[in-house]
Amino acid sequence: MSGPSLLITASPHLAAGDSTPKIMWTVVASLAPLVAAATYFFGPGALLVVGAATAGAVAAERVFGRHGTLADGSAAITGILLGLTLPAGIPLWMAFAGGAFGLAIGKLLFGGLGQNVFNPALLGRAFLQAAFPVAMTTWPMPAAAGDWWKLRGDSFAIPFASPRALDVVTGATPLGKMKFENEATRLLDLVLGTTPGSLGETSALLILICGGYLALRNYLNWRIPASIFATVGVLATGLHWLHPRYPDAAFMLFSGGLMLGAVYMATDLVTSPVTNPGCWIFGAGIGLLVVLIRIWGGLAEGVMYAILIMNAFVPYLNRWTQPRVFGTQRLTART
Amino acid sequence: MWTRLKFRHGVHPPELKDLTARVPIRRVPYPDEVVLPLRQHTGKPARLTVKVGDRVERGDRVAEADGYVSTPIHASAAGTVREIGLWPHPDGSYAPAVRIAVDRYSPQAPRPRLVPDWTRLGPAELIEAIRQAGVVGLGGAAFPTHVKLAPPKDQAIDTVLVNGCECEPYLTTDHRTMVEYPERVQLGVRIMMRCLGVRRALIGIEKNKPDALEAIRRTVPADLDVAVQALDVKYPQGAEKMLIEALLGREVPSGKLPMHVGVVVQNVASAATIAEVFDTGLPLIERIVTVTGRGIRRPSNLIVPVGMKLRDLVEACGGFTEDAREVIFGGPMMGIAQAHLDTPLTKGTTGVVVLTEADTRPAASWPCVRCGRCLETCPVFLNPQLLGQLALKERWAEMEASHLADCLLCGCCGYTCPSNIPLPQLFALAKAALRKRPAAA
Repeated sequence: MSGPSLLITASPHLAAGDSTPKIMWTVVASLAPLVAAATYFFGPGALLVVGAATAGAVAAERVFGRHGTLADGSAAITGILLGLTLPAGIPLWMAFAGGAFGLAIGKLLFGGLGQNVFNPALLGRAFLQAAFPVAMTTWPMPAAAGDWWKLRGDSFAIPFASPRALDVVTGATPLGKMKFENEATRLLDLVLGTTPGSLGETSALLILICGGYLALRNYLNWRIPASIFATVGVLATGLHWLHPRYPDAAFMLFSGGLMLGAVYMATDLVTSPVTNPGCWIFGAGIGLLVVLIRIWGGLAEGVMYAILIMNAFVPYLNRWTQPRVFGTQRLTART
Repeated sequence: MWTRLKFRHGVHPPELKDLTARVPIRRVPYPDEVVLPLRQHTGKPARLTVKVGDRVERGDRVAEADGYVSTPIHASAAGTVREIGLWPHPDGSYAPAVRIAVDRYSPQAPRPRLVPDWTRLGPAELIEAIRQAGVVGLGGAAFPTHVKLAPPKDQAIDTVLVNGCECEPYLTTDHRTMVEYPERVQLGVRIMMRCLGVRRALIGIEKNKPDALEAIRRTVPADLDVAVQALDVKYPQGAEKMLIEALLGREVPSGKLPMHVGVVVQNVASAATIAEVFDTGLPLIERIVTVTGRGIRRPSNLIVPVGMKLRDLVEACGGFTEDAREVIFGGPMMGIAQAHLDTPLTKGTTGVVVLTEADTRPAASWPCVRCGRCLETCPVFLNPQLLGQLALKERWAEMEASHLADCLLCGCCGYTCPSNIPLPQLFALAKAALRKRPAAA
């Protein structure tokens, strides 16, 4: 009897069936409805912005990354997520630069997938916020009847030249209105997304649906958004109760980038804690920082900085929340 | 006592037992040669008592126990000792073994022997008889049974747990043993209770074996406190620590043994073997083995002489299919892939799983993305993510401080890892490195 050529591998010889690329590409697919919604609200310019940011991230991964790492899908996620945090009228070269910066500096410089400390999409956005503060805070109004096809800014501006002033209707974001004019926005508009703002911070409902799907597949840890929502909700309710000048919980939860940040940014596998208790603390920290920055900070929105700051605490949270090993009495905190 | 009948964490791999779950156990014809490695159990290898050219009858001793944690080894077929030397061992190494050329026309009848009447023997004599019969745990670890049955005097044992979980996918060895030989299992339990002077026994069986549950329940003796408990199907339910937690709600302290919480755990197949020793007087020279997987033509449950070579076993099951690719001794979660078709089965081989190309695990692997799934599956609550990162940097001492010693190598973390990082292999490597370089490092 002649035998087959035998393969030797280590146990276990069965696998659960999920792979890292599968998780990443599923996240990409779950972002498609958000991109579609942004395009619906802000016209084709939205699609261009997301495309430019993604192209920047993918190009950086291709040029500076190791061979074949594009296929794992993580660069695409970074690009799309960054695009969703940008205003619809931002010149495309800026979106491209943001994507490239986030990927190259935020991820590859740390050693590539799995090694980075900070969320690369948010790092890209922080870079753009610092470099192009005006373009990053010019918020076009959502499309009205008849002008859907119109671009929302000088999308094709020549790099480093001053963008042309276009006849575009802009407006303050709900958070800006609340902070600087003390004017509230209708809750229904917040939930549906018919307000000025960055591409992905508009439709809270859609984000919850897409994120819920990922949570059901166990592709994101639901404890992180749950903890963020609970913390923001409790703090906002308490402050609102102290003085009605402070916005209530519903406004705080559904305005700005909180939904996108809590569901898609804070839950980034690499930059969030590995332990479940760590995730609860991580989310609570983000919630606290969001409320602090929004109410007492100089900026109208604080989700980005809240998440980046808590990213830095992740190694410590992991260390402090090690599980109790079976058959031992104490928590064993070890690196 | 109130318990949740569960352990926490673990995984739900596909069961894949349908190939052989309803196939009755059958005997295989004797092969032309059996190979008996001197190391077939945890502890010290046995010491040779035969030389090349010696004739042995079936059941004759070929090696004696060398020390307390050691057991003798017996010829599983009548024949002539052909060679004593290094031979492929199921663990992947070459190890000393006795090759016996089997008599082609032998009736394979053992020498006439006195079968001891267990009802007249005291605990010490029973344990000695079990030891002389070379009985080891048949669940896979092959720990000498007599050692478990004789705990130190200051260690009070109140319960015998009998492990009928068989949580490894594919395998149906214990399942068929319980269905076809429930009386033997019960007699073995009775003898073990007598050895230990214990009044209570609990048999745990996973719910995916209703026929085994029924057979064991039906044969529970009326005069003993033996209870049968159905357990949820979850891997690794059959790990000793998990079984004790589920059935008794007791947590075996880190670095301790079941006896430290008053429990002795034995596999159902070991119980059946003990019964056979006092039934036929024959030592442990054959065992029940599941040969299964989509890579074998006729998946079977077989009574196999210990030392039968993989090649002969595969032939007895109709041979490999065209696309057979990987052969595993044991189950797919913890089993070891075999490189040689000449490798013999040992006392601890619970099954042979033949995987086809499509069943094998893909080789591609990605960096750890810290998803934390391994932490959510580890039944002993280690942090495989951290341990894995340390292992890649060969930081063995730090791994030891992070409780590597508690790792069961059950494979849950590797099974669930989306980046396909070979975590259990890394941990096995680390354990080996730490054994070579004592704790002082």
